[in-house]
Amino acid sequence: MIDARFISLGDSALTVEFGNVISIELNEIAVALSDSLTNDPFPGFIESVPAYASTSVFYDIGEVRRSFKNLPNAFAAVSSLVKQRLDELDVAAKGDSKLVEIPVSFDKESGPDLEIVSERSGLPRDAAIDIFTGTIYRVFMLGFLPGFSYMGEVDERIATPRKNTPRALVPKGSVGIAGRQTGIYSLASPGGWQIIGRTAVEMFTPDYESPCLLKPGDLVRFVSSDP
Amino acid sequence: MSILIQRPGILTTVQDLGRYGSRRFGINPGGVMDPAACRLINALLGNEESESVLEMHFPAPQIVFEKEVCAALGGADLVARVDGEPLSVWQTFRTKPGSTLAFTGKNLGNRAYLAVKGGFAVERWLGSSSTNLVAQRGGLSGRRLEEGDRIGFRSPGSYDSTPIEVRISPWMIPRYSSAPIVRVLPGAEFGDLTGRAREIFLGTEFEVSIKSDRMGYRLSGEAIELSNQGEMISSAVSFGTIQCLPDNQLILLMADHQTTGGYPRLAHVISHDLPLIGQLGPGDKVAFHITTVEEAEDLDLSLERNLKFLRAGSKFESAPN
Repeated sequence: MIDARFISLGDSALTVEFGNVISIELNEIAVALSDSLTNDPFPGFIESVPAYASTSVFYDIGEVRRSFKNLPNAFAAVSSLVKQRLDELDVAAKGDSKLVEIPVSFDKESGPDLEIVSERSGLPRDAAIDIFTGTIYRVFMLGFLPGFSYMGEVDERIATPRKNTPRALVPKGSVGIAGRQTGIYSLASPGGWQIIGRTAVEMFTPDYESPCLLKPGDLVRFVSSDP
Repeated sequence: MSILIQRPGILTTVQDLGRYGSRRFGINPGGVMDPAACRLINALLGNEESESVLEMHFPAPQIVFEKEVCAALGGADLVARVDGEPLSVWQTFRTKPGSTLAFTGKNLGNRAYLAVKGGFAVERWLGSSSTNLVAQRGGLSGRRLEEGDRIGFRSPGSYDSTPIEVRISPWMIPRYSSAPIVRVLPGAEFGDLTGRAREIFLGTEFEVSIKSDRMGYRLSGEAIELSNQGEMISSAVSFGTIQCLPDNQLILLMADHQTTGGYPRLAHVISHDLPLIGQLGPGDKVAFHITTVEEAEDLDLSLERNLKFLRAGSKFESAPN
Protein backbone atom coordinates (compact mmCIF):
# COMPACT_ATOMS: atom_id res chain seq x y z
CA MET A 1 0.00 0.00 0.00
CA ILE A 2 1.32 3.40 -0.97
CA ASP A 3 0.66 6.12 1.58
CA ALA A 4 -1.02 9.01 -0.24
CA ARG A 5 -2.89 12.22 0.58
CA PHE A 6 -5.51 13.44 -1.91
CA ILE A 7 -5.86 17.20 -2.02
CA SER A 8 -7.87 19.56 -4.17
CA LEU A 9 -5.99 21.64 -6.75
CA GLY A 10 -9.10 23.62 -7.59
CA ASP A 11 -12.39 22.21 -8.87
CA SER A 12 -10.92 20.51 -11.93
CA ALA A 13 -7.67 19.04 -10.66
CA LEU A 14 -6.35 17.15 -7.67
CA THR A 15 -2.91 16.39 -6.30
CA VAL A 16 -1.88 13.06 -4.82
CA GLU A 17 0.96 13.68 -2.39
CA PHE A 18 3.31 10.92 -1.31
CA GLY A 19 5.45 13.02 1.01
CA ASN A 20 7.29 16.34 1.30
CA VAL A 21 10.83 15.14 0.58
CA ILE A 22 12.94 14.72 -2.52
CA SER A 23 13.34 10.97 -2.84
CA ILE A 24 13.85 8.67 -5.78
CA GLU A 25 11.44 6.16 -4.30
CA LEU A 26 8.56 8.65 -4.01
CA ASN A 27 9.32 10.17 -7.41
CA GLU A 28 9.21 6.72 -9.02
CA ILE A 29 5.66 6.35 -7.69
CA ALA A 30 4.73 9.84 -8.94
CA VAL A 31 6.10 9.22 -12.45
CA ALA A 32 4.64 5.70 -12.70
CA LEU A 33 1.18 6.94 -11.66
CA SER A 34 1.34 9.83 -14.10
CA ASP A 35 2.49 7.55 -16.94
CA SER A 36 -0.24 5.03 -16.16
CA LEU A 37 -2.96 7.70 -16.28
CA THR A 38 -1.54 9.25 -19.46
CA ASN A 39 -1.25 5.90 -21.26
CA ASP A 40 -4.62 4.60 -20.10
CA PRO A 41 -6.78 7.66 -19.38
CA PHE A 42 -10.20 7.61 -17.68
CA PRO A 43 -13.10 9.48 -19.33
CA GLY A 44 -12.62 13.20 -18.69
CA PHE A 45 -8.86 12.93 -18.03
CA ILE A 46 -7.02 15.96 -19.41
CA GLU A 47 -3.43 15.54 -18.27
CA SER A 48 -1.21 14.61 -15.41
CA VAL A 49 1.87 16.29 -13.93
CA PRO A 50 4.37 14.33 -11.87
CA ALA A 51 6.50 16.36 -9.45
CA TYR A 52 9.11 15.43 -6.79
CA ALA A 53 6.72 13.50 -4.57
CA SER A 54 3.28 14.11 -6.04
CA THR A 55 1.12 13.53 -9.08
CA SER A 56 -1.44 16.11 -10.13
CA VAL A 57 -4.38 15.11 -12.29
CA PHE A 58 -6.37 17.58 -14.39
CA TYR A 59 -9.86 16.63 -15.54
CA ASP A 60 -13.00 17.91 -17.23
CA ILE A 61 -15.72 18.24 -14.59
CA GLY A 62 -18.62 17.72 -16.99
CA GLU A 63 -17.20 14.64 -18.68
CA VAL A 64 -16.24 13.00 -15.37
CA ARG A 65 -19.68 13.72 -13.90
CA ARG A 66 -21.45 12.30 -16.95
CA SER A 67 -19.25 9.18 -16.97
CA PHE A 68 -19.45 8.42 -13.24
CA LYS A 69 -23.01 9.30 -12.29
CA ASN A 70 -23.03 7.03 -9.24
CA LEU A 71 -20.40 9.13 -7.46
CA PRO A 72 -21.36 12.36 -5.66
CA ASN A 73 -18.99 14.66 -7.55
CA ALA A 74 -16.07 14.71 -9.99
CA PHE A 75 -13.50 15.12 -7.22
CA ALA A 76 -14.75 11.97 -5.51
CA ALA A 77 -14.87 10.10 -8.83
CA VAL A 78 -11.34 11.04 -9.85
CA SER A 79 -10.00 10.38 -6.34
CA SER A 80 -11.48 6.92 -6.45
CA LEU A 81 -10.17 6.21 -9.98
CA VAL A 82 -6.70 7.40 -9.09
CA LYS A 83 -6.67 5.49 -5.80
CA GLN A 84 -7.58 2.32 -7.63
CA ARG A 85 -4.82 2.98 -10.19
CA LEU A 86 -2.37 3.57 -7.37
CA ASP A 87 -3.28 0.26 -5.72
CA GLU A 88 -2.59 -1.58 -8.97
CA LEU A 89 0.51 0.43 -9.83
CA ASP A 90 3.61 -1.41 -10.99
CA VAL A 91 6.27 1.02 -9.82
CA ALA A 92 9.07 -1.30 -10.92
CA ALA A 93 8.00 -0.98 -14.57
CA LYS A 94 10.24 1.84 -15.68
CA GLY A 95 8.35 2.57 -18.89
CA ASP A 96 10.52 4.08 -21.59
CA SER A 97 12.93 5.97 -19.36
CA LYS A 98 16.29 6.59 -20.99
CA LEU A 99 19.84 7.50 -19.99
CA VAL A 100 20.98 10.66 -21.76
CA GLU A 101 24.60 11.76 -21.90
CA ILE A 102 25.00 15.54 -21.94
CA PRO A 103 28.35 17.15 -22.85
CA VAL A 104 29.04 20.26 -20.80
CA SER A 105 31.72 22.91 -20.99
CA PHE A 106 32.88 23.99 -17.54
CA ASP A 107 35.13 26.86 -18.68
CA LYS A 108 34.98 30.23 -16.91
CA GLU A 109 32.60 31.82 -19.41
CA SER A 110 30.17 28.86 -19.43
CA GLY A 111 30.27 28.31 -15.68
CA PRO A 112 30.72 31.65 -13.94
CA ASP A 113 29.65 30.26 -10.54
CA LEU A 114 31.92 27.21 -10.50
CA GLU A 115 34.32 29.40 -8.53
CA ILE A 116 31.67 29.83 -5.81
CA VAL A 117 31.01 26.08 -5.69
CA SER A 118 34.73 25.46 -5.47
CA GLU A 119 35.23 28.02 -2.69
CA ARG A 120 32.29 26.83 -0.61
CA SER A 121 33.30 23.20 -0.88
CA GLY A 122 37.01 23.88 -0.42
CA LEU A 123 37.64 21.70 -3.48
CA PRO A 124 39.65 22.65 -6.55
CA ARG A 125 37.58 23.31 -9.69
CA ASP A 126 38.59 20.03 -11.31
CA ALA A 127 37.66 18.02 -8.23
CA ALA A 128 34.26 19.72 -8.07
CA ILE A 129 33.70 18.93 -11.77
CA ASP A 130 34.71 15.30 -11.21
CA ILE A 131 32.21 14.99 -8.37
CA PHE A 132 29.48 16.65 -10.45
CA THR A 133 30.07 14.42 -13.50
CA GLY A 134 30.54 11.33 -11.34
CA THR A 135 26.84 11.11 -10.47
CA ILE A 136 23.97 9.86 -12.61
CA TYR A 137 21.02 12.19 -12.05
CA ARG A 138 17.34 11.43 -12.15
CA VAL A 139 14.93 13.84 -13.85
CA PHE A 140 12.40 14.29 -11.04
CA MET A 141 10.16 16.72 -12.86
CA LEU A 142 9.97 19.47 -15.47
CA GLY A 143 8.76 22.98 -14.78
CA PHE A 144 9.70 26.67 -14.64
CA LEU A 145 10.41 26.80 -18.41
CA PRO A 146 9.41 24.50 -21.26
CA GLY A 147 11.85 21.59 -20.95
CA PHE A 148 13.56 22.76 -17.72
CA SER A 149 14.43 19.59 -15.81
CA TYR A 150 14.77 19.41 -12.04
CA MET A 151 17.37 16.70 -11.43
CA GLY A 152 19.09 15.21 -8.42
CA GLU A 153 20.69 14.57 -6.28
CA VAL A 154 23.87 16.61 -6.32
CA ASP A 155 26.63 15.26 -4.05
CA GLU A 156 26.50 17.02 -0.67
CA ARG A 157 30.11 18.14 -0.99
CA ILE A 158 29.28 20.45 -3.90
CA ALA A 159 25.66 21.29 -3.03
CA THR A 160 25.36 25.10 -3.13
CA PRO A 161 22.33 27.27 -2.33
CA ARG A 162 20.73 29.55 -4.91
CA LYS A 163 22.14 33.02 -5.48
CA ASN A 164 20.63 35.68 -3.24
CA THR A 165 19.91 37.87 -6.23
CA PRO A 166 18.86 36.04 -9.40
CA ARG A 167 20.59 36.90 -12.65
CA ALA A 168 18.52 38.92 -15.08
CA LEU A 169 19.56 36.60 -17.89
CA VAL A 170 20.95 33.09 -17.74
CA PRO A 171 22.05 31.88 -21.20
CA LYS A 172 20.27 28.96 -22.81
CA GLY A 173 21.98 25.62 -22.10
CA SER A 174 23.36 26.76 -18.74
CA VAL A 175 23.77 23.98 -16.17
CA GLY A 176 22.95 25.12 -12.66
CA ILE A 177 23.00 23.91 -9.08
CA ALA A 178 20.45 24.86 -6.41
CA GLY A 179 21.06 23.01 -3.16
CA ARG A 180 21.13 19.33 -4.09
CA GLN A 181 19.25 19.93 -7.34
CA THR A 182 20.74 20.44 -10.76
CA GLY A 183 19.02 21.63 -13.90
CA ILE A 184 19.58 22.84 -17.44
CA TYR A 185 18.13 26.17 -18.62
CA SER A 186 16.31 25.03 -21.73
CA LEU A 187 15.88 28.66 -22.82
CA ALA A 188 17.54 31.95 -21.90
CA SER A 189 15.75 33.20 -18.81
CA PRO A 190 16.18 35.08 -15.55
CA GLY A 191 17.39 32.62 -12.92
CA GLY A 192 18.94 32.21 -9.50
CA TRP A 193 20.76 28.88 -9.75
CA GLN A 194 24.57 28.71 -9.49
CA ILE A 195 25.73 28.30 -13.09
CA ILE A 196 28.63 25.84 -13.35
CA GLY A 197 28.68 25.03 -17.07
CA ARG A 198 26.86 25.09 -20.37
CA THR A 199 25.74 22.50 -22.90
CA ALA A 200 25.12 22.89 -26.61
CA VAL A 201 22.50 20.13 -26.51
CA GLU A 202 19.02 21.46 -27.32
CA MET A 203 16.76 20.66 -24.36
CA PHE A 204 13.71 22.19 -26.01
CA THR A 205 13.01 22.10 -29.75
CA PRO A 206 9.49 23.48 -30.17
CA ASP A 207 8.95 22.11 -33.66
CA TYR A 208 9.71 18.49 -32.78
CA GLU A 209 6.73 16.27 -32.17
CA SER A 210 8.11 15.80 -28.64
CA PRO A 211 9.69 19.21 -28.02
CA CYS A 212 11.51 18.30 -24.80
CA LEU A 213 14.60 16.06 -24.76
CA LEU A 214 14.02 14.89 -21.20
CA LYS A 215 10.98 13.63 -19.42
CA PRO A 216 10.31 12.79 -15.78
CA GLY A 217 12.03 9.53 -14.85
CA ASP A 218 14.87 9.86 -17.38
CA LEU A 219 18.49 9.61 -16.23
CA VAL A 220 21.23 12.06 -17.12
CA ARG A 221 25.01 11.77 -17.09
CA PHE A 222 27.02 14.95 -17.64
CA VAL A 223 30.38 14.60 -19.37
CA SER A 224 32.98 17.31 -19.76
CA SER A 225 33.37 18.59 -23.31
CA ASP A 226 36.41 20.67 -22.40
CA PRO A 227 39.70 19.77 -24.09
CA MET B 1 -9.50 38.05 -46.37
CA SER B 2 -7.98 39.41 -43.23
CA ILE B 3 -7.79 41.96 -40.50
CA LEU B 4 -5.00 44.52 -40.40
CA ILE B 5 -3.55 45.68 -37.10
CA GLN B 6 -3.31 49.42 -37.63
CA ARG B 7 -2.26 50.14 -34.05
CA PRO B 8 -1.15 47.19 -31.92
CA GLY B 9 -2.40 48.19 -28.46
CA ILE B 10 -0.39 47.54 -25.31
CA LEU B 11 -0.75 43.75 -25.34
CA THR B 12 -2.73 41.99 -28.03
CA THR B 13 -2.28 38.25 -28.52
CA VAL B 14 -4.02 35.33 -30.17
CA GLN B 15 -5.47 32.96 -27.56
CA ASP B 16 -7.86 30.05 -27.30
CA LEU B 17 -8.94 27.90 -24.36
CA GLY B 18 -5.39 26.66 -23.83
CA ARG B 19 -2.83 24.01 -24.61
CA TYR B 20 -3.36 20.79 -22.72
CA GLY B 21 -1.24 17.67 -22.36
CA SER B 22 2.18 19.34 -22.13
CA ARG B 23 2.26 20.58 -18.55
CA ARG B 24 4.45 17.66 -17.54
CA PHE B 25 7.12 19.07 -19.87
CA GLY B 26 6.94 22.49 -18.25
CA ILE B 27 4.75 23.91 -21.04
CA ASN B 28 1.87 25.84 -19.48
CA PRO B 29 -1.66 25.82 -20.87
CA GLY B 30 -1.81 29.58 -21.49
CA GLY B 31 -5.06 30.55 -23.16
CA VAL B 32 -7.50 33.36 -22.50
CA MET B 33 -7.61 35.04 -19.08
CA ASP B 34 -11.41 35.06 -19.32
CA PRO B 35 -12.51 31.62 -20.55
CA ALA B 36 -16.24 32.44 -20.36
CA ALA B 37 -15.88 35.40 -22.74
CA CYS B 38 -14.07 33.25 -25.32
CA ARG B 39 -16.62 30.44 -25.07
CA LEU B 40 -19.66 32.71 -25.15
CA ILE B 41 -18.75 34.80 -28.18
CA ASN B 42 -17.59 31.75 -30.12
CA ALA B 43 -20.85 29.98 -29.33
CA LEU B 44 -22.76 33.10 -30.38
CA LEU B 45 -21.03 33.00 -33.76
CA GLY B 46 -21.59 29.26 -34.18
CA ASN B 47 -17.87 28.53 -33.74
CA GLU B 48 -16.27 25.84 -31.65
CA GLU B 49 -15.93 27.26 -28.14
CA SER B 50 -12.16 26.84 -28.34
CA GLU B 51 -11.83 28.79 -31.61
CA SER B 52 -9.03 31.39 -31.57
CA VAL B 53 -9.81 34.93 -30.43
CA LEU B 54 -7.80 38.12 -30.04
CA GLU B 55 -7.18 39.11 -26.43
CA MET B 56 -6.80 42.87 -26.11
CA HIS B 57 -5.72 45.04 -23.18
CA PHE B 58 -6.22 48.78 -22.82
CA PRO B 59 -4.92 50.83 -24.63
CA ALA B 60 -6.42 48.47 -27.17
CA PRO B 61 -5.56 48.00 -30.85
CA GLN B 62 -7.09 49.65 -33.86
CA ILE B 63 -8.13 47.04 -36.37
CA VAL B 64 -9.14 47.34 -40.01
CA PHE B 65 -11.41 44.67 -41.48
CA GLU B 66 -10.17 44.20 -45.04
CA LYS B 67 -13.13 42.04 -45.91
CA GLU B 68 -16.68 41.92 -44.70
CA VAL B 69 -17.04 39.56 -41.78
CA CYS B 70 -19.39 38.60 -39.01
CA ALA B 71 -17.71 39.12 -35.64
CA ALA B 72 -18.39 39.61 -31.94
CA LEU B 73 -16.76 41.27 -28.94
CA GLY B 74 -16.80 39.86 -25.44
CA GLY B 75 -15.20 40.44 -22.05
CA ALA B 76 -14.22 43.93 -20.99
CA ASP B 77 -16.18 46.95 -22.18
CA LEU B 78 -13.49 49.07 -23.80
CA VAL B 79 -16.03 51.40 -25.45
CA ALA B 80 -15.73 50.00 -28.97
CA ARG B 81 -16.61 51.88 -32.11
CA VAL B 82 -16.79 50.73 -35.71
CA ASP B 83 -16.20 53.64 -38.07
CA GLY B 84 -17.13 55.92 -35.19
CA GLU B 85 -20.43 54.19 -34.43
CA PRO B 86 -20.83 52.75 -30.91
CA LEU B 87 -20.64 48.96 -30.78
CA SER B 88 -21.95 46.83 -27.93
CA VAL B 89 -20.11 43.95 -26.33
CA TRP B 90 -21.71 40.46 -26.47
CA GLN B 91 -23.47 40.82 -29.80
CA THR B 92 -22.65 39.93 -33.39
CA PHE B 93 -21.83 42.67 -35.85
CA ARG B 94 -20.97 42.78 -39.53
CA THR B 95 -18.25 44.88 -40.97
CA LYS B 96 -17.89 46.39 -44.40
CA PRO B 97 -14.54 46.08 -46.20
CA GLY B 98 -12.35 48.82 -44.80
CA SER B 99 -14.28 49.21 -41.55
CA THR B 100 -12.15 50.26 -38.60
CA LEU B 101 -12.65 48.93 -35.08
CA ALA B 102 -11.29 51.17 -32.34
CA PHE B 103 -11.60 51.26 -28.55
CA THR B 104 -11.99 54.58 -26.84
CA GLY B 105 -12.16 53.96 -23.11
CA LYS B 106 -12.28 51.46 -20.28
CA ASN B 107 -15.66 50.99 -18.65
CA LEU B 108 -15.45 47.61 -16.97
CA GLY B 109 -12.82 44.88 -17.08
CA ASN B 110 -9.34 44.79 -18.52
CA ARG B 111 -9.42 42.27 -21.38
CA ALA B 112 -11.63 42.43 -24.44
CA TYR B 113 -11.99 39.61 -26.93
CA LEU B 114 -12.66 39.63 -30.65
CA ALA B 115 -13.90 36.53 -32.46
CA VAL B 116 -14.88 36.17 -36.11
CA LYS B 117 -17.28 33.68 -37.58
CA GLY B 118 -15.26 30.69 -38.82
CA GLY B 119 -12.21 31.74 -36.83
CA PHE B 120 -8.82 33.25 -37.53
CA ALA B 121 -6.16 31.48 -39.61
CA VAL B 122 -3.37 31.28 -37.04
CA GLU B 123 -0.56 28.92 -36.09
CA ARG B 124 -1.27 25.99 -33.84
CA TRP B 125 1.39 24.45 -31.62
CA LEU B 126 0.86 21.30 -29.55
CA GLY B 127 -2.85 21.42 -30.25
CA SER B 128 -3.51 25.07 -29.47
CA SER B 129 -3.21 28.47 -31.10
CA SER B 130 -2.61 30.24 -27.77
CA THR B 131 0.41 32.50 -27.93
CA ASN B 132 3.25 31.13 -25.80
CA LEU B 133 5.58 34.12 -25.54
CA VAL B 134 8.32 32.08 -23.82
CA ALA B 135 8.42 29.28 -26.39
CA GLN B 136 7.63 31.77 -29.17
CA ARG B 137 5.03 29.48 -30.66
CA GLY B 138 1.30 29.59 -31.37
CA GLY B 139 -0.93 32.38 -32.66
CA LEU B 140 1.11 34.74 -34.79
CA SER B 141 4.72 33.47 -34.58
CA GLY B 142 4.32 33.15 -30.82
CA ARG B 143 4.47 36.89 -30.29
CA ARG B 144 2.23 39.82 -29.46
CA LEU B 145 0.63 41.55 -32.43
CA GLU B 146 2.41 44.51 -33.97
CA GLU B 147 1.48 47.33 -36.29
CA GLY B 148 1.02 46.09 -39.84
CA ASP B 149 0.27 42.47 -38.90
CA ARG B 150 -2.43 40.75 -40.90
CA ILE B 151 -4.47 37.81 -39.67
CA GLY B 152 -6.53 35.92 -42.20
CA PHE B 153 -9.91 34.25 -41.75
CA ARG B 154 -10.07 30.49 -41.69
CA SER B 155 -13.32 30.15 -43.50
CA PRO B 156 -14.33 31.93 -46.72
CA GLY B 157 -17.89 31.87 -45.37
CA SER B 158 -17.14 34.25 -42.53
CA TYR B 159 -19.84 36.50 -43.82
CA ASP B 160 -23.14 34.71 -43.88
CA SER B 161 -26.74 34.87 -42.96
CA THR B 162 -26.25 35.40 -39.22
CA PRO B 163 -28.58 38.29 -38.53
CA ILE B 164 -27.17 41.52 -37.22
CA GLU B 165 -27.26 41.97 -33.49
CA VAL B 166 -27.74 38.48 -32.21
CA ARG B 167 -26.87 39.10 -28.60
CA ILE B 168 -26.09 37.09 -25.52
CA SER B 169 -28.78 37.23 -22.84
CA PRO B 170 -27.61 39.41 -19.95
CA TRP B 171 -28.08 36.60 -17.43
CA MET B 172 -25.41 34.52 -19.18
CA ILE B 173 -22.77 37.25 -19.01
CA PRO B 174 -20.25 36.98 -16.14
CA ARG B 175 -20.88 39.47 -13.31
CA TYR B 176 -17.68 41.42 -13.77
CA SER B 177 -16.68 43.84 -11.04
CA SER B 178 -13.62 45.86 -10.10
CA ALA B 179 -14.01 44.40 -6.60
CA PRO B 180 -15.47 40.89 -6.99
CA ILE B 181 -15.92 38.32 -4.27
CA VAL B 182 -14.70 35.08 -5.81
CA ARG B 183 -15.30 31.60 -4.57
CA VAL B 184 -12.36 29.37 -3.70
CA LEU B 185 -11.72 25.82 -2.61
CA PRO B 186 -9.20 25.32 0.21
CA GLY B 187 -5.73 24.32 -0.97
CA ALA B 188 -3.24 21.91 0.55
CA GLU B 189 -1.81 24.44 3.02
CA PHE B 190 -5.08 26.20 3.91
CA GLY B 191 -4.94 24.46 7.28
CA ASP B 192 -1.59 26.12 8.02
CA LEU B 193 -3.19 29.58 8.19
CA THR B 194 -3.14 30.97 11.72
CA GLY B 195 -6.57 31.90 13.11
CA ARG B 196 -5.88 35.58 12.47
CA ALA B 197 -4.53 34.89 8.96
CA ARG B 198 -7.65 32.95 8.12
CA GLU B 199 -9.79 35.90 9.16
CA ILE B 200 -7.68 38.19 6.99
CA PHE B 201 -7.73 35.82 4.02
CA LEU B 202 -11.49 35.34 4.06
CA GLY B 203 -12.57 38.63 5.60
CA THR B 204 -10.60 41.40 3.91
CA GLU B 205 -10.03 42.73 0.41
CA PHE B 206 -6.75 42.42 -1.45
CA GLU B 207 -5.58 44.91 -4.03
CA VAL B 208 -4.23 43.79 -7.39
CA SER B 209 -0.78 45.40 -7.49
CA ILE B 210 1.05 46.91 -10.41
CA LYS B 211 3.17 43.73 -10.48
CA SER B 212 0.46 41.84 -12.29
CA ASP B 213 0.41 40.28 -15.73
CA ARG B 214 -0.83 37.21 -17.59
CA MET B 215 1.39 35.00 -15.40
CA GLY B 216 -0.03 36.14 -12.10
CA TYR B 217 -1.23 38.98 -9.91
CA ARG B 218 0.71 40.08 -6.86
CA LEU B 219 -1.94 41.02 -4.28
CA SER B 220 -1.37 43.52 -1.51
CA GLY B 221 -3.16 43.31 1.79
CA GLU B 222 -2.63 42.57 5.44
CA ALA B 223 0.18 40.08 6.15
CA ILE B 224 -0.86 36.44 5.97
CA GLU B 225 0.98 34.24 8.47
CA LEU B 226 1.28 30.49 8.40
CA SER B 227 1.84 28.30 11.42
CA ASN B 228 4.13 26.00 9.46
CA GLN B 229 7.06 27.81 7.89
CA GLY B 230 8.83 24.66 6.71
CA GLU B 231 10.36 24.29 3.26
CA MET B 232 8.12 22.83 0.60
CA ILE B 233 9.05 20.84 -2.45
CA SER B 234 7.53 21.88 -5.77
CA SER B 235 4.36 20.43 -7.23
CA ALA B 236 1.88 21.36 -9.94
CA VAL B 237 -0.10 24.59 -9.62
CA SER B 238 -2.99 25.88 -11.70
CA PHE B 239 -4.80 28.93 -13.08
CA GLY B 240 -6.54 30.33 -10.00
CA THR B 241 -4.09 28.97 -7.41
CA ILE B 242 -3.51 31.43 -4.54
CA GLN B 243 -0.06 31.06 -3.00
CA CYS B 244 1.46 32.77 0.01
CA LEU B 245 4.92 34.21 -0.70
CA PRO B 246 7.76 34.46 1.85
CA ASP B 247 6.92 38.16 2.37
CA ASN B 248 3.47 37.10 3.70
CA GLN B 249 1.68 38.51 0.65
CA LEU B 250 -0.42 36.59 -1.84
CA ILE B 251 0.06 35.77 -5.49
CA LEU B 252 -2.84 34.70 -7.66
CA LEU B 253 -1.69 32.53 -10.57
CA MET B 254 -3.19 33.38 -13.95
CA ALA B 255 -3.32 31.80 -17.42
CA ASP B 256 0.42 31.99 -18.18
CA HIS B 257 1.48 30.64 -14.76
CA GLN B 258 4.47 28.32 -14.49
CA THR B 259 3.41 24.69 -14.34
CA THR B 260 4.91 24.00 -10.90
CA GLY B 261 5.55 25.97 -7.74
CA GLY B 262 6.85 25.54 -4.23
CA TYR B 263 4.97 28.16 -2.20
CA PRO B 264 2.10 27.25 0.15
CA ARG B 265 -1.15 26.71 -1.75
CA LEU B 266 -3.81 28.44 0.31
CA ALA B 267 -6.75 28.10 -2.05
CA HIS B 268 -7.87 27.84 -5.66
CA VAL B 269 -10.41 30.05 -7.41
CA ILE B 270 -13.21 27.89 -8.83
CA SER B 271 -13.51 27.56 -12.62
CA HIS B 272 -16.79 29.46 -12.72
CA ASP B 273 -15.17 32.55 -11.17
CA LEU B 274 -11.96 32.57 -13.25
CA PRO B 275 -13.53 35.14 -15.65
CA LEU B 276 -14.00 37.52 -12.70
CA ILE B 277 -10.31 37.45 -11.80
CA GLY B 278 -9.34 37.32 -15.47
CA GLN B 279 -10.83 40.78 -15.90
CA LEU B 280 -8.98 42.44 -13.01
CA GLY B 281 -6.19 44.97 -13.40
CA PRO B 282 -3.88 46.95 -11.13
CA GLY B 283 -5.80 48.89 -8.49
CA ASP B 284 -8.80 46.54 -8.53
CA LYS B 285 -9.79 44.66 -5.39
CA VAL B 286 -10.67 41.03 -4.79
CA ALA B 287 -12.07 39.12 -1.82
CA PHE B 288 -12.25 35.36 -1.29
CA HIS B 289 -15.12 33.25 -0.09
CA ILE B 290 -14.83 29.52 0.66
CA THR B 291 -17.21 27.21 -1.17
CA THR B 292 -17.68 23.48 -1.56
CA VAL B 293 -16.58 21.07 -4.29
CA GLU B 294 -20.26 20.41 -5.07
CA GLU B 295 -21.10 24.08 -5.58
CA ALA B 296 -17.95 24.64 -7.67
CA GLU B 297 -18.74 21.71 -9.95
CA ASP B 298 -22.43 22.60 -10.27
CA LEU B 299 -21.55 26.18 -11.24
CA ASP B 300 -19.14 24.91 -13.90
CA LEU B 301 -21.88 22.68 -15.30
CA SER B 302 -24.32 25.60 -15.33
CA LEU B 303 -21.99 27.49 -17.70
CA GLU B 304 -21.87 24.40 -19.91
CA ARG B 305 -25.68 24.31 -19.97
CA ASN B 306 -25.88 28.00 -20.82
CA LEU B 307 -23.47 27.52 -23.69
CA LYS B 308 -25.49 24.62 -25.03
CA PHE B 309 -28.59 26.78 -24.84
CA LEU B 310 -26.82 29.65 -26.58
CA ARG B 311 -25.48 27.40 -29.34
CA ALA B 312 -28.94 26.02 -30.00
CA GLY B 313 -30.38 29.55 -30.01
CA SER B 314 -27.84 31.08 -32.37
CA LYS B 315 -28.11 28.13 -34.74
CA PHE B 316 -31.86 28.54 -34.86
CA GLU B 317 -31.63 32.26 -35.54
CA SER B 318 -28.94 31.97 -38.18
CA ALA B 319 -30.58 29.17 -40.15
CA PRO B 320 -30.33 28.35 -42.99
CA ASN B 321 -26.59 27.95 -42.68
